[in-house]
Amino acid sequence: MKHLSPVALKVNGDPYELLIPPWRTLLEVLREDLSLTGTKRSCQEGQCGACTVLLDGRAIYSCLFLAVEAQGKEILTIEGLARSAGALDPIQKAFVETGAVQCGFCTPGLIMATKSFLDENPAPSEEEVRRATVGHLCRCTGYFQIIEAVLAAARERAGKGAPA
Amino acid sequence: MSVQACGDYAIIGKPVPKKDAWIKVTGEAKYADDLFLAGMLHGKLLRSPHPHAKICHIDATRAEKLPGVRAIVTGKDFPGIKYGNMPQTRDYLPLALDKVRYIGDEVAAVAAIDEEIAEEALELIRVDYEPLPAVFDPEEAVTSGAPQLHDHVANNISAETAFQFGDVAKGFAESDYLQEDLFETQPIKQGMIEPHACIGQWDETGKITLWASKQSPYVVWKQLSMGLGIETSRIRVIQTYVGGGFSGGKQEAMPMDFCAVLLSKKSGRPVKFVHNMDEVLTIGHMRHPMKIWLRTGVKKDGTLLAQHLKIVADGGAYSSIGQLSMYLPGAMLNLPYRVPHVKYEAYRVYTNNGFCGALRGHTIPQVCFARDSQLDLIAEKLGLDPIDIRLKNGLRPGETTPNGFRIGTFGFAECVEKAMEASGWKEKRGKLPRYRGIGMGCGSLVSGARVMGHSASTALVNVHEDGTVALVTGSTDVGQGADTVLSMIAAEVLGVGLEDIRFALVDTDMTPADPGTFSSRVTFWTGNAVKIAAEDARRQLAEIAAEKLKAEIDDIVFRDRQVYVRDDAQRCLRFEDLVRLAQHRLGKVIMGKGSYTSGEALIDFRTGYGNMSPAYTPSACVVEVEVDPETGQVTVTGIWGAHDCGFPLNPMLVKGQVLGATVMGIGQALYENLIRVDGKVMNPSFRDYKMPLTEDMPKLANVGHVNVITNDPSGPFGAKEAGEGAAAGVIAAVANAVYNATGVRFKSLPFSPDKILFALKESDRKAPARYAALHETQAKEK
Repeated sequence: MKHLSPVALKVNGDPYELLIPPWRTLLEVLREDLSLTGTKRSCQEGQCGACTVLLDGRAIYSCLFLAVEAQGKEILTIEGLARSAGALDPIQKAFVETGAVQCGFCTPGLIMATKSFLDENPAPSEEEVRRATVGHLCRCTGYFQIIEAVLAAARERAGKGAPA
Repeated sequence: MSVQACGDYAIIGKPVPKKDAWIKVTGEAKYADDLFLAGMLHGKLLRSPHPHAKICHIDATRAEKLPGVRAIVTGKDFPGIKYGNMPQTRDYLPLALDKVRYIGDEVAAVAAIDEEIAEEALELIRVDYEPLPAVFDPEEAVTSGAPQLHDHVANNISAETAFQFGDVAKGFAESDYLQEDLFETQPIKQGMIEPHACIGQWDETGKITLWASKQSPYVVWKQLSMGLGIETSRIRVIQTYVGGGFSGGKQEAMPMDFCAVLLSKKSGRPVKFVHNMDEVLTIGHMRHPMKIWLRTGVKKDGTLLAQHLKIVADGGAYSSIGQLSMYLPGAMLNLPYRVPHVKYEAYRVYTNNGFCGALRGHTIPQVCFARDSQLDLIAEKLGLDPIDIRLKNGLRPGETTPNGFRIGTFGFAECVEKAMEASGWKEKRGKLPRYRGIGMGCGSLVSGARVMGHSASTALVNVHEDGTVALVTGSTDVGQGADTVLSMIAAEVLGVGLEDIRFALVDTDMTPADPGTFSSRVTFWTGNAVKIAAEDARRQLAEIAAEKLKAEIDDIVFRDRQVYVRDDAQRCLRFEDLVRLAQHRLGKVIMGKGSYTSGEALIDFRTGYGNMSPAYTPSACVVEVEVDPETGQVTVTGIWGAHDCGFPLNPMLVKGQVLGATVMGIGQALYENLIRVDGKVMNPSFRDYKMPLTEDMPKLANVGHVNVITNDPSGPFGAKEAGEGAAAGVIAAVANAVYNATGVRFKSLPFSPDKILFALKESDRKAPARYAALHETQAKEK
C-alpha cells in the first residue's frame, strides 16, 4: 500500500483537502486530482516552462515542486488568472492581440511567468522581458510576438494602452 | 514591428488574432493529455536497448502478475502487417516482431491503473535479445557485407532518386568556372513542446476510437487500418488541440496509437499514452542528416549553367515518407534559380539510428543551405556581388523549369530587394567591423504538393438559422492558424463576421476525408475548397434573396451581415433573416460544399518530372551576426526576411509563421544537434538538446518581415504558402553571415562554438597577414 499524506492546498482561492502519496508533484496533483489541465505537462524536468504556476506570486515549475511543499501557500494557475468569465487578464489579452499564441501549449506557462514578472517589474525593458522569459520554450513563434505581448501587457497594466 | 492590413476586403487581409487564442490563454483548450476518460488506464512502451538485435523470446508473465496491470501486448498480438506511406516504403510494424532496428524501437506495451505501475511492469518484462552487428554510417551501410536492416531491400537502400534534365556534361563544358563542395547536415528534432499523446478505445461492437494529437488525422486513420488489418469504417480518429506539429509522429500512426487501441481491446478500458520528452527526442521522425555534394558550372558573369547534386541521407531504421524526402532536394534545386541543366542522384540509406521523416520544410532547407552557401563562394571567386548573382539567376513568372515546374506568380527579385532594404544591406555589407557580418540566403517552397493517393481537400459550410456558420473541413490547425484563415475565407464570401464562423476539429466519422496538414498545403488547397463551399452556400442564399428583393442573382451583395442589391443598398435583408426565410419558409437548409485539387499529374518521385504544386513561393532572408572570437559563440543580431505568400490573408499570422520558421532555421544553423553515439541519443532532453531561447533572439528593432504580394490567381484570395518557405534560406544566410564576419566558410552544421573556435585559430595560423591588415583598417576607421 502506498504511503498517503493528507495535504491541504489553496488553489485559485479555493481550499482542497487531499490524500496523496507525498512524492507527487504539484503538476500531477493540479492536473490529475484537481482537473486543472490548463497547466501543461511537457518535459517534466524544469526545462520548458510549460507547467509554470505561481506560488505566493512567485513563478515556479510545478513539475519540480512537490505538492506537499505547496501547503500554506497561495497557488495561482492559469484557470485562476482571469478575474471573471469573459474578462481576461491584461496579460492574456495582450497574448491574444499580438499573435503570441500559435499552438498554445507554452502559453499558460508563459502567461503565469509574465504575471509574476510584471508584478515585480511593471515597466520592464525589452532586454528584461527577454531575460524573464528565457526559461520557457516556444517552438512556434520564434518568441518575437511573445516579447511584444509582454511589453504590451506592461503598458496596458500601467494604463497607457497600446501605442498608436 | 507593426502589422498592416492588406487589400480592400471586409475580413481578408486584416491582422486579427487567432480564433482559438482565447481558449488557449485561459487554459481551456483540451490537448490530448488533458482528456481523462472514465475508467481509463495508462500505457507505457518497452523500448529496445539495442541498435540491432534479434528478438528470441519475450516473457511477460511477471509483469502480468503485478497488481494493477490490466493488459500487455507484444508484436505477436498484431497481425504482422507492415504499414507506411507508399507501397515501397511500408516497413513499420506496430511493435517489433522478430527484430529491433534502433535504440528506442518499440517491443511491448503495458496498460495499468496508473503510470507508475505501468512503468514498473516494463521492468518486469524479460526480452531475450541476440545482438546483431549494427551500422550507423550510411556510406558504410551500402557497402557489401554491411549488416542488413530489412529483408525486402538489398544494400540498405531505403529510397533512391536519379534524374537529369538537360545535359550537365554540356553545361559544365560550356562553363567558365566550376565550383564543387561537400556539405554536411545534422539530425534535428521537430521540438514541439507537446509530447505525443493519445487515448485508444476498442468498444464491444468492435468500433475503434482514437483521440490523439495529430496534424494529419486521416493518415493516422489509414495507417491504423493498414497495420491492424481492419477496415477504415471501424476506425474513428478524433483530433484534439495540437501543441505544435512540424510533421514527425503527429503526421502518422505511431506504436502508441496501435498499442492504445489493442490494449483497450484486451482490457476493456480506454488506454492513454503520453510520451516523456526523453522518448520524444529519442524515437524516430527527425530531420535527415545528409552529405550533400554539389557541383555548379557558371559563366564568368555568374549565369548558372549546370548543377549536379548528389545526396546520401541517413534515413535511420525505417522509411517514413522516404521516397518523397529524396525527391524533394533535387526537385527544389530547380527553384528559385534558373539552372538549364540539372542532374540529381540521391540515396536514403537504412542505418541503426532513429529514423528520419518530414520536419518543417522537409528536406528542402538542407539543400538550400548547400546551394546558397555555394552561390556566395562562386560570387566571391568571380568577384561578383552576392545579391547580383541571385538576381541574375532568379526565375521569373511564366518560366518552366527543366524538371517541369510551371512558375506562375513568383516575386523572387522583390523578395531579395525587400530583404536587402529592410536589413540595411547596402550600408552594412563590407562595412561592419571584424567579427560582425551579414549574409543572405534564399529558398523556395510549394503551396501543397500533388502526392500519391488522395490529394484533394473538401469543405462543408453549414449555415445556421442564427446567421452563424459551422465550417467543417478535414484540415487541422496545429497552431499555424488554419482555423482562423479558413474561417476568414468563409466569412469574407458570406459577408458575415469572423466570430460567426465555428471551425470544427477533425473527426474522421464526421469531417470530409483529407490528406492532412503538410507541404504547406492547407491555406491553398483547403482554402480553395472552403471558398468554393462558401460560394455554393452564398449562391443558394442569393437565389432566395434575388427573388425576395426582386433583383438579379449576380447583383446580390453579402457584406457586414447584410444582403443587399448592388447600387441600391436600401433593398436589403439581414443575413440571418435570409437564412430563416430559406430554412423556415422555404424548407431549404443551406449547406455549401466544395472540393479542390490541383489537377496536376502524379509525379514519379524516383524519376521526378512534372509540376508538383499549383504555386511556388520564393523567399529571401538576411541575417546579421556577431562572432565572439574568445568563446566561438555566434549571436544573431538581426534577421530580416521577405516572402512571397501571394496575398497575406492574415498578416499577423503570416508574420508569426515566417518568424517562427526563421528561428527554427537559426536553431539548426547554430544550436541544435541530436548527438548519437553508436545509435544512442546522448542528449534526449531539452537541457541538452539546445533549441533557441528568448535571449538568443535579436532585438525587436532588428527584426523585420516583409510580405511580397503577388496575388496568385489560383490561390484563395491570391494566397500561397507561408509556413515553411521562409525557413528554407535561413541556414545559408547564417553561414554566409558567419563567413562575412570571420572569413571562415563552414560547410558542416551546426556552426557550434567548438567548430568556430577551432576554425578561427586555424585561419589565423594560415593567414595571419590578412587579419593583421584587417585589424589595421579597423583601427583606422575607429
